[in-house]
Amino acid sequence: MSMNMVGIEVEDLCLSFGETEVLTGVNLTIEPGEFFAFLGPSGSGKSTLLRAIAGFGPRPQGHIRIGGRDVVDLPPWKRNVGMVFQSYALWPHLSVAENVAFGLKERKMPKAEIEPRVAAALDLVGLSHLANRMPNQLSGGQQQRIALARTVVVEPQVLLLDEPLSNLDASLRVQMRRELLALQRKLGLTTIFVTHDQEEANTTSDRMAVLDGGVIQQIGTPQELYDNPSNLFVSGFLGTANILNGEVRSVDGETLFFTKSGDHLRIAKTETGAGSIVLRPQNIEITRDAPEHALKGTVIHREFLGSQIRYVISTSGSEMVVDESHVAGNSWYETGEEVALKVSSEKSVVLQTNRLDAPLNTIDLKE
Amino acid sequence: MSDTPPTATRSKSIADYLPSALFPKMSGIALIAVMIALLLIGLLVIPVLQVVYVAFLDPQTGALTLNNFKDFFATSLFRESFWNSFYVSSMSVVFATVIALPLAYVTTRFNFGGSILIQSLGFIPLIMPPFVGAVAMQLIFGRNGTINLLLKDNFGISLPFMDGLNGVILVQSIHYFPFILINLSTSLRNIDSSMEEAAQNLGSYGLRLFRRIVFPLAMPGYIAGAVLVFIKVFDDLGTPLLLNVNNMLAPQAFLRISSIGISDPMGYVISVILVVFSIFSLWASFLFMRGKDYATVQKGGGGLARRDLKTREKWLAYGSVILILLFVLSPHIGLTLLAFGTIWSYAPLPDDYTLQNFVVMWENSGDYITNTVLYAGIAALLDVIIGTAIAYIVLRTGLFGRKALDYLATAALAVPGVVLGIGYLRFFHGMSVPFSNEPVASWWVIIALALMIRRLPYALRACTAALQQVSITLEEAAESLGATKASTIRRVVIPLMTGGILAGFVTSFATAAVELSATIMLVSSDSDAPLAYGIYLFMQTPSGRGAGAALGIVAVIIVGIGTFASQVIIERDKKLKSNSVER
Repeated sequence: MSMNMVGIEVEDLCLSFGETEVLTGVNLTIEPGEFFAFLGPSGSGKSTLLRAIAGFGPRPQGHIRIGGRDVVDLPPWKRNVGMVFQSYALWPHLSVAENVAFGLKERKMPKAEIEPRVAAALDLVGLSHLANRMPNQLSGGQQQRIALARTVVVEPQVLLLDEPLSNLDASLRVQMRRELLALQRKLGLTTIFVTHDQEEANTTSDRMAVLDGGVIQQIGTPQELYDNPSNLFVSGFLGTANILNGEVRSVDGETLFFTKSGDHLRIAKTETGAGSIVLRPQNIEITRDAPEHALKGTVIHREFLGSQIRYVISTSGSEMVVDESHVAGNSWYETGEEVALKVSSEKSVVLQTNRLDAPLNTIDLKE
Repeated sequence: MSDTPPTATRSKSIADYLPSALFPKMSGIALIAVMIALLLIGLLVIPVLQVVYVAFLDPQTGALTLNNFKDFFATSLFRESFWNSFYVSSMSVVFATVIALPLAYVTTRFNFGGSILIQSLGFIPLIMPPFVGAVAMQLIFGRNGTINLLLKDNFGISLPFMDGLNGVILVQSIHYFPFILINLSTSLRNIDSSMEEAAQNLGSYGLRLFRRIVFPLAMPGYIAGAVLVFIKVFDDLGTPLLLNVNNMLAPQAFLRISSIGISDPMGYVISVILVVFSIFSLWASFLFMRGKDYATVQKGGGGLARRDLKTREKWLAYGSVILILLFVLSPHIGLTLLAFGTIWSYAPLPDDYTLQNFVVMWENSGDYITNTVLYAGIAALLDVIIGTAIAYIVLRTGLFGRKALDYLATAALAVPGVVLGIGYLRFFHGMSVPFSNEPVASWWVIIALALMIRRLPYALRACTAALQQVSITLEEAAESLGATKASTIRRVVIPLMTGGILAGFVTSFATAAVELSATIMLVSSDSDAPLAYGIYLFMQTPSGRGAGAALGIVAVIIVGIGTFASQVIIERDKKLKSNSVER
């Protein structure tokens, strides 16, 4: 299969459905051969962006370059962009082999060449034995693979996957995402993967873009985005985050973050001024002592999750989620117990007001 | 039905006084089911089976024989009739497709302002019985009709639109194309846009995309519509009769029975062929469609992506749609002209306009209208009562053989009106009405019963749909509050079904009011005749045409109001339920 990898550049892309603007000023560059994810909640515009790259939906403003060629004015059938649909979109009136052969026939390929190509594609997804079945006789996972085979058999320049795993059950999802990644590496296809599931994005993609409200919030590797979210939305969307609003002050050469109630934590050196602090639950330590830089609170809720224990602790002003790893024999904190919360300075992320895109009062606790 | 209400509180019924061995313990519902089954067997199964049986009897000796069928195929007139019926039905499907396909495609595929026009006007043909439009069509498209006169004056040519079989094909395809339009549009709307997008993504577009993906996916809907058209045309009696085309199967059956008598075996042979063909077509389409449920719309998805039309395309689309609609509405236009015209003969338009035809119609057809209201009223009332009962039995009880009841009632669809008419004539031959010497076969009640059987499938569908929308938890709630089955049905189920039942009644009433094929066989005197038969009589003489057309307008208005009313009822009901009942 084709190994001439191409990159994708999206420049100043805006797109509206009638009066409603769904994508605003999108800029991004996807490297050749990269596995790239668009991550965002429903309605964030991630699918719309993917469809715009494939040529579906209203004509956008701006540029989309695939391998250096601007495709904005090309119809879908001239873009040579392979797309796997969320619903798989296997044609129910054609057999598996006919579905896979469809694109090759459209390219007027001689019959003698089509057959081995179809066989090779079915072999690639491990479903050669199903060639003569009809799509409605296949399981969800099989349909997914056939849809993939149907797309890669025409050797597209890039592969677009629109929520490819969302119609599969949980156990199959893990397996399929590994297979998808293996296939992508094998074919060396520049791939975009749309998902609302951060775990899928984290486990498959080289880099990802987090979208919200039609705007790209942040681009980076999964780890960068998790550890250093650039705004409240990203911090809340990727994993669970405790967000405290307050002010950064410099006191006696130390940089301290003061919450509204006057409690404070020591943080890494940064500009002073109003801001928010983002704390991951596993980066907070609960203690019965009363250390100098800590938040005071009361345990109001405790959940045993197996590998860890999740506490909800009421501090003045907000509730904090704290995870402690569970080791047999450790004692637990009881609900109603007065405790203090410690965070080491390098484990907190401070978002300052002048850097914030989202208003300070949106505290988003999402799993 | 297994739970019996506490006996202590139940008043004693007649059944309790009879020896239990004589009267096996049956719940009220089972008793009703048995009564309905007996009614359907008596009024549908036996008459039709008897028709089939007689077709195999030697008229002289009464022995079983195949000679009648041999005679049928040995007679050139019958062979010709058979071929003609087949040809006319097939060609009607072809022309109906030619009309329906562009309309369906344009409405589902493009953002087209004319879609509303098509959706409303495209269904109007169905509200006019085809035979009513036939005469009007002759005046517009006939040898000396409007179009040909204009063609002759301007170009010196004339086209045989209405000559012989052409006329039947034209009238039938104009009347029945909405069946294809409705089914095909639904199918097209049920195709998920990703089906089309996946093909575009792989390099397909334009006509090729339509041919390879869109049309095959819409095929089940198309076939369903096409089969309906085929069967309806194959069985139809009124249109060929009014166009004076007698060399087709249904008219032959009618003529043999009405001119030679009910002992002539050919009418029965033709009936068998009609029934077999209807069943065969349904069966073939069923085989074709098995495993082909192509409805692919995802939740929240909305069918094919609609494209905007370019200015030139828009004019082209509007032009062709208006042309098709004008053509399709020509029977209505013709009928209106005829009803309000004085003399219309050898002229593109009537000489003058008048209301005289309506006066003549009114003076001469009082009986027709009262008869129609009486017959169609009785038929529709019985239809919804039986329909509701069957729907309840099928959906809410575990009664043995309940499905059979549903199939039995629906089977009436496959029985052409002519066949039912002949069946009744034969079955009730020689019986007389209790307490009088009038023969049952010429009793007006028979007409109402025939209409009841003919329209039962429609009413049953409406009632079933209505009951399906009533959540079973509503019934359980009533029962848990102490209501018995019977009072639950009376106080909860029936009131909630009212909308659907009413819609079923209106549909049955309106279509029964203009039914001709069964009634024409059963009407024994003009004073017993309903409206459809009256139109037929009026149209027999050139001088009666104006009045006939006026009566036709009355028929169109009845069916039109009926269709509109049932739509309004269904919509209102839907709104009411969505507000009050969480499903």
